[in-house]
Amino acid sequence: MINKKVDLTGEVCPYTFVKSKLAIEKMKKGEVLEIVLDYKEAVENVPESMENHGHKVEEVEKTGNNKWKVIIKK
Amino acid sequence: MITVKFFGSIRNWAEEKAIKIDKKNLKFRKLLNLVYDKVDDEFREKIEDDKGIKDFVIISVDGKNLESINNLETELEGDEEIRFAPSVAGGEFSFSERQIKRYSRHIVLSELGGEGQEKLLNSSVLVVGAGALASPVLLYLAAAGVGEIGIVDNDEVELSNLQRQIIHSTEDVGANKTESAKETIEAINQDVEVKTFRKRLEPQNARELIEGWDFVIDGSDNFPTKFLVNDASHLVGVPFSHAGILRFSGLTTTFLPDEGPCYRCLTPQPPSKDSVPSCQEAGVVGAFPGVIGSIQALEAIKHIIGSGDLLVGRALQFDALHMSFDEMKFSRNPDCPVCEGKLQELEEIDYKGSCRVKF
Repeated sequence: MINKKVDLTGEVCPYTFVKSKLAIEKMKKGEVLEIVLDYKEAVENVPESMENHGHKVEEVEKTGNNKWKVIIKK
Repeated sequence: MITVKFFGSIRNWAEEKAIKIDKKNLKFRKLLNLVYDKVDDEFREKIEDDKGIKDFVIISVDGKNLESINNLETELEGDEEIRFAPSVAGGEFSFSERQIKRYSRHIVLSELGGEGQEKLLNSSVLVVGAGALASPVLLYLAAAGVGEIGIVDNDEVELSNLQRQIIHSTEDVGANKTESAKETIEAINQDVEVKTFRKRLEPQNARELIEGWDFVIDGSDNFPTKFLVNDASHLVGVPFSHAGILRFSGLTTTFLPDEGPCYRCLTPQPPSKDSVPSCQEAGVVGAFPGVIGSIQALEAIKHIIGSGDLLVGRALQFDALHMSFDEMKFSRNPDCPVCEGKLQELEEIDYKGSCRVKF
């Protein structure tokens, strides 16, 4: 179950992570965040930084031409 | 004395960061009415409607949520700290796009984050002095987005200040230091509200000036003021960062009124006048107070965000010439008149000569 979704299309690094972090900070432990990205570098960087901050990367999936979704569990 | 503090949008409505209510043994309902009397009727309408206190208003009494205790029937003794803060709609931060960019290097820190940034924007720091130590303090606190910064100083900017007092510029020579510093801060960050106090910190005004701030920075250049900052901060319960510099050696430490020792435990009285030249006579390389002041700014920021360890009971000594840092631990002096609660009033006589409080 997805508890919160943030659409970060149009955003580039580092704001892809900055805004993902702001979103997950307000969530409870165990809740799941979906992040939508269209910036290829962020598809690697955001999950890596989320892991460094102690969150679990559940899924990284290409959902379309230049579009990805990243699922993070807090 | 009950202290009522306002945060976020509620602070804007109240047009005050804090007010004092001098009443004992009253119900919370009564206190609310006294608050409305002191602010205005429009404020009441923003906080309450027919159904009571609006959902977005979070009220806490000494850190406990009013909802979780006994609501409006709660009995207040008369020494509580009450906080009015807005809850954030939908569990999201209320940063603007510009703020997200400006503070992004804070937000990505796990020890600070959006929550820490929100605390900084809602915080208030009073800086005593607008000189060599205060310059980096003011610049960094402004850049960090401390929402309210107060500056106490009565001097004017002199050409000889500019070699170390980096918040002032050549064009500011002759201007009042608080105004000059305010202009610099406003050019750095408009999220910061600057309050200037164009006066010296005196025994007569110290309590009033220091009360209500979240943190105080002592950037003064003389012993009487340093003792005064210590004593007044303890009396009104505000934590502060102390620093002293001389030529190439300096010391900084942080005092929490409820916990650690105080400045009088470390330094019962100042050295004799002959043994310590004043800062202007002694000379100093500007980068040196820059280091110490930056440490003071960090202590304020850490205290506000509630991360890390403060220099409590530890004096950090810095020898700039040989580039070494040493730490000296110290504890409460059982005979300290301030920590023992013997000091009740700030008397003029105690801040002259030896600065020793006599009992």
